[in-house]
Amino acid sequence: MNERSRISHFANSEAPLDIARYIESGGYVGLMAALGKTSAEVIGVVKNSGLRGRGGAGFPTGLKWESVAAGEQPYLVCNADEGEPGTFKDRFILERAPYLVLEGMTIAALAIGAREGYIYVRGEYPEIAKMLALATEKAKARGYLGNDILSSGFSFDVAVRVGGGSYVVGDETALLNSLMGNRGYPMLKPPFPTEKGLWGKPTVVNNVETLAYVPIILGLGAQAFASIGSVNCPGYKLFSLSGHVANPGVYEFPMGTRLRDVLEKAGGVTGTLKAIQIGGTAGPIFGPAALDYNLDFPSMQKAGGALGSGAIVAMNTSVNMAHVLEVTMRFFAQESCGQCFPCRYGTRQLDYMAHRIALGLGKVEYLDLMRETATVMVGASFCPFGQSVALPLKSLLDEFGDEIVSFMTEQQYLKEVSE
Amino acid sequence: MSVSLTVDGNKVTVPDHTSVLEAAAAAHISIPTLCRHEDLVPKGACGMCIVKIGGQTGFKRSCVTEAREGMSVWTSSPEIRDIRRGILELVLAAHPADCLQCIKHGKCELQTLAERFEIRDLHYDRYTRGLPVDQTSLGIVRDMNKCIGCGRCVEMCNETQTVASIFFRGRGADTIVAPTIGKSMGDSVCVNCGQCVVYCPVGALYEREQIDEVWKAIDDPDKIVVAQIAPAVRVAIGEEFGLEPGELCIGKLYSALKGMGVDVVFDTNFSADLTILEEGTELLGRIREGGPFPLITSCSPGWIKFCETFYPELLGNVSSCKSPQQMLGALIKTYYATQREIDPARLVSLSIMPCTAKKFEARRPEMNASGLCDVDFVLTTREIARMFRQAGICFADLDESAPDPLLSGYTGAATIFGASGGVMEAALRTAYELATGKSLARIDFSEVRGMQGVKEATVDMDGLAVKIAVTNGLGNARKILDTISAANKLGKPSYHFVEIMACSGGCIGGGGQPLPNTQAKRARRMEGLYMEDRGLALRKSHENPEVKRIYAEFLGSPGSSLAHKLLHTSYLDRREAASASS
Repeated sequence: MNERSRISHFANSEAPLDIARYIESGGYVGLMAALGKTSAEVIGVVKNSGLRGRGGAGFPTGLKWESVAAGEQPYLVCNADEGEPGTFKDRFILERAPYLVLEGMTIAALAIGAREGYIYVRGEYPEIAKMLALATEKAKARGYLGNDILSSGFSFDVAVRVGGGSYVVGDETALLNSLMGNRGYPMLKPPFPTEKGLWGKPTVVNNVETLAYVPIILGLGAQAFASIGSVNCPGYKLFSLSGHVANPGVYEFPMGTRLRDVLEKAGGVTGTLKAIQIGGTAGPIFGPAALDYNLDFPSMQKAGGALGSGAIVAMNTSVNMAHVLEVTMRFFAQESCGQCFPCRYGTRQLDYMAHRIALGLGKVEYLDLMRETATVMVGASFCPFGQSVALPLKSLLDEFGDEIVSFMTEQQYLKEVSE
Repeated sequence: MSVSLTVDGNKVTVPDHTSVLEAAAAAHISIPTLCRHEDLVPKGACGMCIVKIGGQTGFKRSCVTEAREGMSVWTSSPEIRDIRRGILELVLAAHPADCLQCIKHGKCELQTLAERFEIRDLHYDRYTRGLPVDQTSLGIVRDMNKCIGCGRCVEMCNETQTVASIFFRGRGADTIVAPTIGKSMGDSVCVNCGQCVVYCPVGALYEREQIDEVWKAIDDPDKIVVAQIAPAVRVAIGEEFGLEPGELCIGKLYSALKGMGVDVVFDTNFSADLTILEEGTELLGRIREGGPFPLITSCSPGWIKFCETFYPELLGNVSSCKSPQQMLGALIKTYYATQREIDPARLVSLSIMPCTAKKFEARRPEMNASGLCDVDFVLTTREIARMFRQAGICFADLDESAPDPLLSGYTGAATIFGASGGVMEAALRTAYELATGKSLARIDFSEVRGMQGVKEATVDMDGLAVKIAVTNGLGNARKILDTISAANKLGKPSYHFVEIMACSGGCIGGGGQPLPNTQAKRARRMEGLYMEDRGLALRKSHENPEVKRIYAEFLGSPGSSLAHKLLHTSYLDRREAASASS
């Protein structure tokens, strides 16, 4: 396997803004290859590579590019609003390989015919936004960005925008609303952003990691990328490991690597593994059986979960699952945008009940009521955020319901004894 | 083009781009909603309208899903009913269950749905938000404890009226609708049009009531309560008592007011005619002197505050005439008091208006031509209906009676003031005859009538082509105002005469009118006013005998110095308020 097919190869933690070093390490090879191709050819390469969006949904990137409505000048947006709890892989890329993302954006712009692009940076990453602004200046000065890129006649410019710290704005339609100066509410789909996005124009929104793999694919060719990882989900993937692991951090593995092997690389679990959450807070919480899961989009879907952003949070036996329930529900309540009724009120009630349970004031009826609430939210929430609460909630209640009930009983007993 | 689909097995054919919800309505199935309104853009916020569509996974919001050829839609199932009930329970758990004390009791869409779904008990623990009620505005009360966050008021205030006084604030369950941080309703850019109130499905936004104060005045033996009734009230109040929108109820109104203890009943229509004489004179003066143009009407207090806030550079174009309410208020405490030899301090001037902004207008500090507050209390159509009910008056069955003479006679020109285009038409009827000395052959100016937001025409006034524009709804007003503002800056002509009403359809759609106050109902009320106009013997303001008499006996001539003292006013540049809150 070619070392250059990994993002980690381009990561430079000492001088990430040193564009010469980026070029030395193989940077802009992909862009130069792309400039020699037509838009359709670039899209063809990405389609053949099998690249799927690394933001969480796993949608084929080439298909997304291809679906850009013809007729109007499209926009390209890099989604750097990395808000998924336990996820810090985009931060890793932006802090260490900003030019890789800019290069990926330029190639994507070439493919879809965009002249303007935005990087929407998470509000909690102000330093990264500053760095990216510097990186765009340097790339422009070297002719890799801006007018007439590398004398090819193709022009593309990038502007950096900083969000206000809302989780929901990680959703591409909410992100576009926020970019336009509106409240960060998700929009109805269809129309999809590729038909009608930013200011009504067709828009491609790609995740940082997705765009970072694009120069690699163009540089090495579709086949090199497609031959890595799982058959229908190829390439490398960044995983954010946190919680009870010996060496938390960002790790890059081929798609389809077993969770057990991923954890081992991070020094293993500290203590005895009890639970593991994969894909972010909106993903299910599994028991130790998950260790044998293959980490790629289709395999995780088959396991009843989602690969999501590639966040992996390990929990050992010191963790009280009633508290996990509480923090998870609090997260949803705090981050609900408030647009639709089921999510706005549902998350509030779930948070309340989980909080009561954690305080030892819970009622057993709460557990059923929480499930019913999740059913309402799955059925009638406006956007995937409200629908996704069911995954962690149901898995917690299914897998760890007994523990939560005995915690409640114990708390009740202690209260009675002390009274 | 049309599409055919089945809804719960019933085949129905509807035009292209019809929503599934509307297609279901065509099949006589009413899908429940909490956020949708027929006049507004569907937002899909509440989730109540979910349906199952054959071949598609999950549930779809029928309000924002287009009906398609061959679709099979299922609007009810155990799952759908459970979800709808679940949403209602979630909303109700956060709602103060004080329906009995709520101003929207019986008119609340949440209450209606709770009843429809038989929510007899809640599985959730109730909670209250504990937010202070914003009582700072003279026109509108904002109680966010009751807000369900449907966003209708936000659309009205920001999109339709373009005032942008209130907007969503906070996130998730903390979401409220509020003015800019640091502002309250009273010191925000709110123009008190009350369209937020009209479209609020619950009791979160409502009119500031003055019923108790009015009862007190009526019950005070030393006070003489003198009422006036605005044009638009007479064709709407019947709706509060089971009558049809547009049904003319003025005779019953006179009877009911007398019946509940009001001492003297006048009619704002009288001062509407008077307005035409004053404003018509102003217009003819400007035509004689070649400007400044356009002259813009000043009857709508929501529009006046809008102009003061967002277009202060156009205040010189606005007629100096007070609104009919304020003209009559001033005359009640001067002319009427003198005529009847009553100490004006004993008079309580009460006006019945379709409008929440009139409450603000009455409290403007300059509205004291009599040395006293010219209009003491303003009641909306809804409030006076409540008072009639409290007094036990069976309004619908009342006999008609006449108002008190002196300040109540009116012509057809006055009654159409309540409809968008009415002031313009009334002014044209009079201005033409005063300017030319000729009699109008055609008295109906149909080009300025109707619910359309912007109406433009050119009227031949004996050789002079008078360019006019009529707008209703402040968002529509902006379109014309921007044109005028740009033309003024270049010193170019735009229009001669412009009528602006803050509310869609004019006063008949005012923020104080009976609920529901839909566009469809507004159109019927409008028709009611034109019907009354057609049936009246006198249809031109300058033919009003009482108007002629007041000029002869008291005011002198239109535009006289006494007329100016009592019937004209000045305006305030509120630009700073606008920039401070944006």
